[in-house]
Amino acid sequence: MSNSNDINSGIVAQDLKAFFGNIEVLKGISVSMQKKKVTALIGPSGCGKTTFLRTLNRMHELARNASIKGKVIVDGTDIYSPGIDPVLVRRKIGMVFQKPNPFPTMTIYENVVAGLKLTGRHSRKELDEVVERTLVQAALWDEVKDSLRKSGASLSGGQQQRLCIARTLAVNPEVILMDEPASALDPISTAKIEELIFQLKDTYTIVIVTHNMQQAARVSDFTAFFYLGELIEFNNTRSMFTRPQKKQTEDYITGRFG
Amino acid sequence: MKGGGFSYWRRKTSNAFVTILFSSSVLIVLLPLILIVGYLFFKGASSVNLNFFIHRPAPVGEHGGGMGNAIIGSVYVVGLASLLGIPIGLLGGMFVGEFPHNKFSTLVRFVADVLNGTPSIVMGVFAYTVVVLPMKSFSVLAGGFALGVMMIPTILRTTDEILQTVPTSIREASLALGVPYWRTVLSVVLRSAKSGIITGILLAGARVLGETAPLLFTSFNNAFFSYSVTQPISTLPVQIFNYAISPYRDWHRQAWAGALILVLAILIVNFAVRVFSRQRFDQTV
Repeated sequence: MSNSNDINSGIVAQDLKAFFGNIEVLKGISVSMQKKKVTALIGPSGCGKTTFLRTLNRMHELARNASIKGKVIVDGTDIYSPGIDPVLVRRKIGMVFQKPNPFPTMTIYENVVAGLKLTGRHSRKELDEVVERTLVQAALWDEVKDSLRKSGASLSGGQQQRLCIARTLAVNPEVILMDEPASALDPISTAKIEELIFQLKDTYTIVIVTHNMQQAARVSDFTAFFYLGELIEFNNTRSMFTRPQKKQTEDYITGRFG
Repeated sequence: MKGGGFSYWRRKTSNAFVTILFSSSVLIVLLPLILIVGYLFFKGASSVNLNFFIHRPAPVGEHGGGMGNAIIGSVYVVGLASLLGIPIGLLGGMFVGEFPHNKFSTLVRFVADVLNGTPSIVMGVFAYTVVVLPMKSFSVLAGGFALGVMMIPTILRTTDEILQTVPTSIREASLALGVPYWRTVLSVVLRSAKSGIITGILLAGARVLGETAPLLFTSFNNAFFSYSVTQPISTLPVQIFNYAISPYRDWHRQAWAGALILVLAILIVNFAVRVFSRQRFDQTV
């Protein structure tokens, strides 16, 4: 697969292998994910989908003894080529984690602007504007606009997760990676996050890991099925869930294993 | 529900027995502290007055006098020790805490633990050799050096441990925003660990405040108010020691008062630590 020149390609992985020490957890993944679309990564626990997600913004290499081989091309540039600063990669490719992780010592306001404040100088007015814009985008503004000086940790789990999304949006990324963003949340908060994803895909390329088949079907345009460190099937979501090409995919999405 | 059979009563009895065992252990732990503070109040409180805080020691046979110079001296020496101990301990602790699996970190941690267990008199001899001998004089500098070296391992290890309790998710949140690692450590990790680190620093200070042995041949003693770093200076522990081994009644009373003040100062620092470390961010809204 060498569709790195494909105009629609936001993120292209080429024969991507990821390791923890000597253990190969991704066994050569090649896939091309489109710009401003939602791609869902599904598969049973331990299949490598989270690891794959973390290779896309160079978070994987932060773990002990972790390494990768292969290429990840984002907008025509291999983010693993020498001379590329992982810090700048992460600024362009944001990430929302499984468990909401607002900075516990910061207020809601400070949480949102943390990425901006810690990476450069910005005027007060600029920051105020970013806080309002991103909190509105993250559908949290109405709930917190009167308590921006409260601790980020004082919010409910679902609100915290939306705060984390606002924080990610504030640094103005092009891609947002989400690692089971709703798995720790109740159904109402989950619905809010899903609605949010739906709105965000107009502006951002989104890659989302999910354990929830219905969620993948609801929010994504494309779905990638991982199993034992390999990409078994990649297709548009509708085809994947109605006419899976591979037996394993069918077994998984119909709940026969996983 | 009706009372159970044999096993029920056996459980009840052993529960009562173990409860008594544990509570008495707590009492035994508390008893020395209560006795010490109580006895110090009993013997020393009557000699604590304004003069005690503002005057220098009076010559033998003369009534009055105080430990004003020793109190200032203790603050002076511990202050100087902090200038040495806090930055090195803190930076070292940050390195070790942030790179916990590094081989060098393991070595530093080991050395810090050994240093922590080194008898304080050895620290005094060390400071004597390194500072007093070349300078050819006892000095505040030498005392501060001895205590400062003692503060390093305490601060280093608490910082190390506190940094490791900061969850990975917090670091990752910052890194995923494209914040450089150094900035993440300084602005996110350190900020989360702030109260724990300050606690460590205060405890290290309180610990060396009561040290006598390393000061005996470093800062030595001084009967006068002195503010020069190159001159010997009086400190509370050394002053207490000198008075306690003297044959004079008046001096004994002063030593009791000094001991009371010293213990109170250390208790206050410890209480401050409790209050400080209990303060939580979200109460300030």
